[in-house]
This record gives sequence, C-alpha cells and structure tokens, in this order.
Amino acid sequence: MSVASSLPHDAARLHVTGAARYIDDIPTPKGCLHLAFGMSPVARGRITAMDLDAVRAAPGVVAVLTAEDMPFENDVSPSNHDEPLLAEGEVFYVGQPVFAVVAASHLAARKAAKLGQVNYEELEAILTVDQAMAANSRFEEGPRVYSKGDAAAALAKAPQVIEGSFEIGGQEHFYLEGQAALALPQEGGDMVVMSSTQHPTEIQHKVAEALGVPMHGVRVETRRMGGGFGGKESQGNHLAVACAVAARATGKPCKMRYDRDDDMVITGKRHDFRVTYRAGIDAEGRVLAVDFVHYARCGWAQDLSLPVADRAMLHADNAYLLDNIRIESHRLKTHTQSATAYRGFGGPQGMIGIERVMDHAAHVLGMDPVELRRRNYYAEAADGGPSAPRSAAPTPPEDILDPRKHVEYASRGSVSEVSQPGVPAAPKGAQTTPYGMEVEDFILHGLTDRLLETSDYAARRAAVAEWNASHRLVKKGIAFSPVKFGISFTLTHLNQAGALVHVYQDGSVHLNHGGTEMGQGLFQKVAQVAAARFGIGLEMVKITATDTGKVPNTSATAASSGSDLNGMAVKAACDTIRDRIAAFLAEQHQSEPAEVRFEGGRVHVGSESYAFAEAVERAYVGRVSLSATGYYKTPKVAWDRIKGQGRPFFYFAYGAAVTEVAVDVLTGENRILRADVLHDAGASLNPALDIGQVEGGYVQGAGWLTTEELVWDGKGRLRTHAPSTYKIPACSDRPEVFNVALWDGANREETIYRSKAVGEPPFMLGISAFLALSDAVAACGPHYPALNAPATAEEVWRAIGRARDGV
Amino acid sequence: MSLSIRLTINGAPRDIALEDARVTLLDLLRERLALPGTKKGCDRGQCGACTVIVNGKRVNSCLTLAATLDGAQVTTIEGLATGDRLHPVQEAFIEQDGFQCGYCTPGQIMSAVGLIAEGRAGDDPERIREGMSGNICRCAAYHGITLAVQEATRRMAEAEKGDAA
Repeated sequence: MSVASSLPHDAARLHVTGAARYIDDIPTPKGCLHLAFGMSPVARGRITAMDLDAVRAAPGVVAVLTAEDMPFENDVSPSNHDEPLLAEGEVFYVGQPVFAVVAASHLAARKAAKLGQVNYEELEAILTVDQAMAANSRFEEGPRVYSKGDAAAALAKAPQVIEGSFEIGGQEHFYLEGQAALALPQEGGDMVVMSSTQHPTEIQHKVAEALGVPMHGVRVETRRMGGGFGGKESQGNHLAVACAVAARATGKPCKMRYDRDDDMVITGKRHDFRVTYRAGIDAEGRVLAVDFVHYARCGWAQDLSLPVADRAMLHADNAYLLDNIRIESHRLKTHTQSATAYRGFGGPQGMIGIERVMDHAAHVLGMDPVELRRRNYYAEAADGGPSAPRSAAPTPPEDILDPRKHVEYASRGSVSEVSQPGVPAAPKGAQTTPYGMEVEDFILHGLTDRLLETSDYAARRAAVAEWNASHRLVKKGIAFSPVKFGISFTLTHLNQAGALVHVYQDGSVHLNHGGTEMGQGLFQKVAQVAAARFGIGLEMVKITATDTGKVPNTSATAASSGSDLNGMAVKAACDTIRDRIAAFLAEQHQSEPAEVRFEGGRVHVGSESYAFAEAVERAYVGRVSLSATGYYKTPKVAWDRIKGQGRPFFYFAYGAAVTEVAVDVLTGENRILRADVLHDAGASLNPALDIGQVEGGYVQGAGWLTTEELVWDGKGRLRTHAPSTYKIPACSDRPEVFNVALWDGANREETIYRSKAVGEPPFMLGISAFLALSDAVAACGPHYPALNAPATAEEVWRAIGRARDGV
Repeated sequence: MSLSIRLTINGAPRDIALEDARVTLLDLLRERLALPGTKKGCDRGQCGACTVIVNGKRVNSCLTLAATLDGAQVTTIEGLATGDRLHPVQEAFIEQDGFQCGYCTPGQIMSAVGLIAEGRAGDDPERIREGMSGNICRCAAYHGITLAVQEATRRMAEAEKGDAA
C-alpha cells in the first residue's frame, strides 16, 4: 500500500536536475514587463510632494503607478482593509511601497525606482513595545484576556512566587525563493496569475477586487514554492495585485520578484513578543497559578495578528494542567513591517512563556526541570491509542453568508468578522486547558519516558554537572522540553477543503486539491492517499498545480492542516469514483459493490479480476462518470475566541526534545552538541517526509531562539536585511549528534489514515536548545540568568554576567 | 560598448556578446541562456543557491562577472546528468532525502560536486558540514544533505577505483 511508505518527494528528479520550475523560471511570453516598488525611507510621515518624472523618463520604463492609478481597490490586506498596496498620502514603515515602476526588465525597473523624488513630513514613529503601550497604539479596543480559575487569589496564597519578563525576538522567513508573481492578461479582461503563494484563493480575491471583476474573472495557479513557512500566506498579495493591475494597464504580461533586500525590508515577519509572568509554586514544584502578559509587536497593519496573538494565548499552558491562569494579550500597532504568519503562528511565543516559568521554578527550587515538568503535566489519555469513533456534538451552522462586501472569509485574518457558533462545554470533571477544552489525547508521559531513556538523559545530566564542576571556561547545559500543539485553524470555518479527481480511460489519475506544495511533501502524501484508495501504483497518479479554477474557495495551506484537510478531501473524491466503478462491476457480475476490491493494481469482483485500467475502460464504455469532487470539513471544532472558551482544536500533536550545548564563558559563543527528538506524527503517511519536517522544524526553531536576530534602528530601519547580518542556521550549525525518531502511535481522532499534522509542531522542539543555553549559563553563577531570545553570543555573554552578579 | 566572450557551457561552446560588462554569470545563465536551474537566492554570495562549477571549481555565479570568464568551462545543474543517467550526487540527494522545497538543491548539488572534487572532506561528516556551510537550506534538510554528500563521495571513489582497475 502506498500510504505509510517513505517515498521520496514527488518532484525529486526535477529538483536534482534543476528542471523544477518556480515562478521566476517559467518562460515568459514575449514583451513581458517587470515591476519594482519605490519604497518609503521613513517610518512614519506624510507625503508632501511626489515627483516621478525622472522615473518615467528612465530607460525602459513603460509606466509608473501610484495609489491614484489603482482602478478599483488599493488594498492587499488579508483582514481589515487597512493595507494599501501603494501609500495613500501617508507612510507607516520604512520599506512601504509608495509607487510601482513597470519596465522592460527587472534591472531597469529597479534602477528607475531609485529616481523617485518624494518629500515627506516626518512624524514621530512608534517602534517599540514601550512606546506603543505608552501611546495606547494597538489593534482591538484593549487587551484580550483568557482565564481559568482565579490566578490572583491563588498567587496571593502560594507558598512562593516567581516573576520575570523576557523578550522573544521575531524571525525572518527567508524562504530561499523570494516572493514572486506573474500576471498574464486574457481575453475579455480576465487575468491568470501565477503566484508563489500558500493561499491562491486569497490572491484570486485580492486581484479580483483590484481589477473590479468577479472572482471568476481571475484564475490563480501555484505549482510550488521555494519555501513558505507562513511568509507566503498573505505577503504575496502585493506582487500579484501589482502585476495584475500593471498587466491590465499595459495589456502585457507582467512579472515581479523581490530582490532579497527588498523582500526582507518590505514583508512581515514573525511577531516579536515580550512576555511577563508571575507564577505561584509550592515546594513540590507544582505550579499553582500563573499570570501572563503578552505584548505582541504587530507592525503597522492588522494582517493576521489577531489570530496569531490568540494562538499564543492558546499555547500558554503547553503541556501543563494549570488550575489558575490568566493571560492578558496586547496586540500593539507599531511603525514597522506588518508582522505575519510564521510556522507556529504565535504558538511558539506562547509556549516558551510557560517553559520559561517551569525552568525558572526548577532553578529556584533546585529541582530537576524534567521532574518538575512531569509533575505539572496533563494526565495521560486512558488508552493512548485510537479510540472508537465518537459522534461529534452537533453544532449550529456558521453564519458565513454575511453579504457585507470585502470580508476576507478565506483568510485567517477575518477572525473578527465572523460570528461564533455555539460552543459545547467540556464534560464536568474533565481536565481542561485554560480555554475549557478537554485534553483527551495526552501522550507525553509515555513519550517523555521513552525519550529520556533513548537520550540517556539522567547520565548525561550528571556528566554535564561533573563537567561544569571541573571546567571554568566552557560550561555545558542540557535541557528537555515538551510540545503540545493544537491542530486546526482557530477560525473554525477555514477547516474545510476540496479536491478534484479524474480517472482517464487508460487508468491514469489526475489529482488536484486546494493545498499548495512548499517542500513539506503535501503533494506526495496526498498522491499516496489517492493511489491507496484505487489500489494502484503511484506512477499512475499525476499531481497537478493548485488552481483556483479546479478547486475553489480553498483555505491557505497553513496551520499544519494541509494533509489532514486535503488528504480527506481527496479520499472522498476517490471513494466516490471507486464506488461508482464498484457498483457498475458488481451489477455486471451479480455481486455486491461492497465485495469489489481495489488492490495491487487490479479490481477484483466475484471470481473475476481486471487490471485497473481495464476496469476503468469498462466503466467508461458503460457510461460511468469517472470524475468527482471531494469535500471535507473537520468535525468537533467550535469555540468563542472573545471569551477564550471551547474546542478550537480537533486534536493535539505532541513531541519532546533533549538538547545539550556548550558555552564559551568569555565570549558567549556556543554550540549545540547533541539533540534527541521524539515526535508524534500519528500513524505517519510518509515517515521520511515527516522526519524531514521534524529535523527541519527543530533546526529552524533553534535558529529563531539563538542566532536569528532582527535589529531595527531608532529610525525604524531594519538593519538586518541580508544573510550577511541575519544568521540562519547553516549545515555546520546543525547538532553534531542529531537523533530523530517518530512516536509510533496512531491519532485517536479519525484523521486521514490516523496520521497527525507535522508542519509546525516540531518547530517548538527548538525551545529545548534555548533552555539548554540557559542551563549552561546558570552554571556560571548563583542567579537565574533570565535569558532573552534570541540567545545570540552577545546575549549569552550578558546573561552570564547576570548569573554571576544578579540583575 | 559590446564585449564578446566565448564560454563552454555544459560541454557546448557559446559565443556571447555582452552589452553590459557588469552582467553576472547568474543573470547570463538565467536570463540570456534559458538555463534557470541555477537559482537566485540572495544575489550577494551569501546563500549559495547560485553555485556552479567554473573550470572545475565551485563559484557563486551571482558574484562572478561573465566578462571575466572568456574561455572558461562552466557546468550548471542542467549539465550534470548524462542523458537520462543522473550524476552520483544527484542520485544520492534523492536517496538520502537531501531537500524539501528544492530551491537550494541545484546549488547544494553543484557545491557538493565541487567539494568532492576538492578532495578535502572525504566522507567525514564534520568536514562535509563545514565544506557545505556556504549553502543555506532554509528547510534545514542538512541531515539528508550531509548523508548524500557522504554517500556520493563513497560511490564516486569506488567507481574511480573500478575504472583504475
């Protein structure tokens, strides 16, 4: 069977021969024009004069567009219609597109863009958390608060209270393929857009708005991306819309790609956070109460910031049963890039808060941090494995038919626009999260046991202590951290997907679904599902580019949901066709449809057996439809994001890591010596691809918390806008010893072949690297190091000072 | 002023007239010669996605001026396989799952070909990681990349021994 097999990526041969096409590799029709933006050099200001004559006169320039040239909507926001493509009289961050140049070549467009004479009246910019709080500059009317129990009362009674505050830096996506789009004008004003996007439907929607046409006038195609990581959920809108408007204005195909510097300066990044905490603990290490305050720097436009900040709150408990918790979340508006989706979508920032509390508590109590964590874990699921399917609680239909114009229903950013359905309560006495969801599938006790054993944690912890006792200049640290990550879009109605499957007369299968391929192996996994349903070889299944003309109204390939949603939709489509073939053959052979079997490339009916292609041919001649759509919606999910109550997630994905590091005490320089990871992918659809996701997630997560530092200066200019100043993990930075294994359980919920989502959860395993650095620094002195992220060599060095001398 | 150079690209001689002496080898390959397998990642020599082999050595084609290459032999990812037969490094990248999104892969493979030719790393993983550290993989498929280079190194050494025997 093709599922649960470690098959290589579907485009493997194309990738290694350089034949796999990305947007900028697609041969363009003759006369294709190229775009570049002229950008704001100030963080906040009013445009007082704009002279673009020199731009228009520059060699190769065909047109120059400003906000006034936008024929219909001038907006690329995925949420709040607060993000003009081209500035309208005011600018709100350094790098904001002000005008667009359309020229004969990419180079000509870029050169001409530098010639714009734009005068600004500079206004005082709000750049930092403190400035934003002082100015009450925020999205939503005030902070959002979720709570359970009574944190204030429990803190007052707690035997001991620890408190602290730490900074958590943002993160540049640095997808190796920069943002890119190509617009091809069609007859009758229609537009075809090729886009490097995780969200073709949103590109379609924004382009349609900008061109003043219905969505049926725009078709968007995405074959693959050279990395996405969340950075292509909404950030591709600008290029696609600009190209479409320019293509309409000139009648020529138009292409745009950002050069790396522009990409880093223009596009949004992971939200940086400040998290403050007060936690009440007892002598046994039980966390009796926690009070968190999250300060998220969202940048100048809303984008997806509200659901990002929500997800941070929803992961403030991570793996721990907390009876008394309060989480207050400030979504701050600053004059910087509009922060956006990034792998984990706020979850990592929320999770590292409680991991910090656990770490701090263990330090104060002198307890083993793993033991302290285990005492606070949720209780293990009774069966640990898949349970008999239970019927879903009935939920009232969602009101998504609101006729208001321009609501971005297909975007996670539309969070505040959709009324919430009724929310079923968890059963009485159940262990619940801070948002009232019952935790029924907890497996971290068993998973932790196994990881501690395979990583030889206890002996290595003792060896680290011994090393540190006898070494003054190089200290070692070791740390364990668990992950419990909620799977589903928190905007409930996005948890739906469609697929389109054709079976041709020769038995070959054409497969299409709403998910996009960005290296995660989604296309291969989904093709494996299709091949398994028909009982045929994978070579008979052709996976085709994501296309809004084939499968409409798709959700972004995001929230780790790609395989869960699209795998089920494809299964439904395949089963429809299979059932038709089975019914037809059963009738011919006086058999029962249920007894027709599809396996080994053959179809068995009664005593007869046909090659799949022969069965298909017979069905075709017998006038049986061999094309079907499939549809899936995730069951059980319903919650109220304002109250923070309900079941936002279908299930949780789990994992844990142990990381060991060494730190140079004189310089703060450090290395990861070894990492051991055990991760839960349910019954994996493709273990090789899943292990790749886990390894990559760990390294990217560790990069976020160690070397990847974004620095803005006092004028709001991003000073780290190239890989020379922004340090991404290289081959030599991965742990010297790196043991990655998958947990061998099945999802207790009915997902596609009982697998689990795997895109984001392993990212947070990188937290163990941060905690290991903190552990090494703590060996330098008596005080808690209060490490900030990213723990660059400089920050580690400063923390060593704090550990020695106190704050 | 136009400048003429002659390059041998993937075994085929090409006479090229350069309108602008500042054209990089990368832009020449991608935009003039329809060889888009070599990728543009950062365009400033820091990510390695544009790595090609020039006169037997791996270089960042985004930092190499085409005008300086008159008479040079250039091998790109498109010229590595022999007909349908993949180069051992290409095979190893598939077998060892040395990529995810694939965008850095042509550069990784050309860099690996160069590293193996340099003969400095052998099959020592530590040296391979160091030798491949100029090629960023944001998906962080580094484990598979290291294994692929190790595997290809061994296989090529064996093949060489076989040829010599």
